[in-house]
Amino acid sequence: MATEKNNISQEKEAKKKEMILFLSSSEEKEHFLSKGNRKLLSDPLNDNNPITVQVLGICSALAITVQLEPAIVMALAVTAVMAFSNMIISMMRNLIPSRIRIIVQLVVVASLVVLVDQILKAYAYDVSKQLSVFIGLIITNCIVMGRLEAFALGNGVYKSFLDGIGNAAGYGLILIIVAFFRELLGSGKLFGFEVLGHQGATLAESTGLYALGYVNNGLMLLSPMALIVVGLLIWVQRARNRKLIEEN
Amino acid sequence: MELINLFVRSIFIENMIFAYFLGMCSYLAVSKTVKTAVGLGAAVIFVLAITVPINYLLDTYLLRPGALQWLGAEYADIDLSFLSFIMFIAVIASMVQLVEMIVEKFAPALYGALGIFLPLIAVNCAILGGSLFMQQKDFGTITEAITYGFGSGIGWFLAILGIAAIREKIAYSNVPAPLKGLGITFIITGLMALGFMSFMGIKL
Repeated sequence: MATEKNNISQEKEAKKKEMILFLSSSEEKEHFLSKGNRKLLSDPLNDNNPITVQVLGICSALAITVQLEPAIVMALAVTAVMAFSNMIISMMRNLIPSRIRIIVQLVVVASLVVLVDQILKAYAYDVSKQLSVFIGLIITNCIVMGRLEAFALGNGVYKSFLDGIGNAAGYGLILIIVAFFRELLGSGKLFGFEVLGHQGATLAESTGLYALGYVNNGLMLLSPMALIVVGLLIWVQRARNRKLIEEN
Repeated sequence: MELINLFVRSIFIENMIFAYFLGMCSYLAVSKTVKTAVGLGAAVIFVLAITVPINYLLDTYLLRPGALQWLGAEYADIDLSFLSFIMFIAVIASMVQLVEMIVEKFAPALYGALGIFLPLIAVNCAILGGSLFMQQKDFGTITEAITYGFGSGIGWFLAILGIAAIREKIAYSNVPAPLKGLGITFIITGLMALGFMSFMGIKL
């Protein structure tokens, strides 16, 4: 009798332990921001930046960085498209035959982009006019396809979602830095506000820096300067982070 | 005359790479040697010259507001233009697939030369960009669309040929280490774009 009871209690104990183990292990797996998951978010910001290191998604990054506002809207649009397309493709990754995966990916991305485009047209018409064809070009933005191919096809749903957000953040970071310098130096404004003072017709009418004889650098507004600013950014980043330097 | 003007403008003034930065990803990735650059450039000309006119027909007879009028008067106020992204990309992806099969069957030598570049082109922003700009420019006839597609393809070809030639030479020069590779390519492209800006205002 006693041993039986003992056995039962032992069994119960073992089950409890198993339960705890199961819970803790599942907790470790599902832990919201475990070390690996955090790395997915932070890596693309510097060491594995989509623009300056992976060389993805440059097409749209350069054309819309004359001002900060469209750059931020573009970054948000890309974040939404990347996070959800990564998630959807990751859900379907075992169902897609590999021969036609590119077309499946294109269709998923294209429908998300249509959604974003319609929302922008409804709620932010001016910005959507400024971005013109570049919202549509998110479909073929290599950053989206690149992450789908490289990550979402082989990883779980939540991880893919985080990877999408992380890479879009790395992309947005470069976009915002470039737009900041181009708007500040090119037109002396940030978000359309005159931060360097007002430039009048004559020196006497001007205020702030312009009263001292400062002049805007109109060259920064031209499209070639976007390329040169990104080139200089790469220089700064690689000078600080020597392991990124290329052989040739 | 109008057509020649459009042709020259699409090659030099509205150059896909130097004015709009379209197709930069493959431009940077495949410009290490002149030989591969020529292969990719030829494939881009080919696909642009085919997809822009097809998408033009699709836009005129299917997507534009009022485009369905040929079906009957009751369809005149249907606007399907929100579908244009999906339609365009579907046409591009399937055309690329089709062109690949045709070239493989009838011109194996060309297929060998273009190799992996043909499938890559489906996700080249320059191709979709060409169709979207065509939609924005509102061309009147299909010849204009063909001219525009062909011209912007040639513009892209010239750009990638130029940068590949420069990169082959720059391998022997003394570039600061952090700028090697990607950084210097960006800056050279910027300088080339400044040069191409001098074509602005040319009118034939």
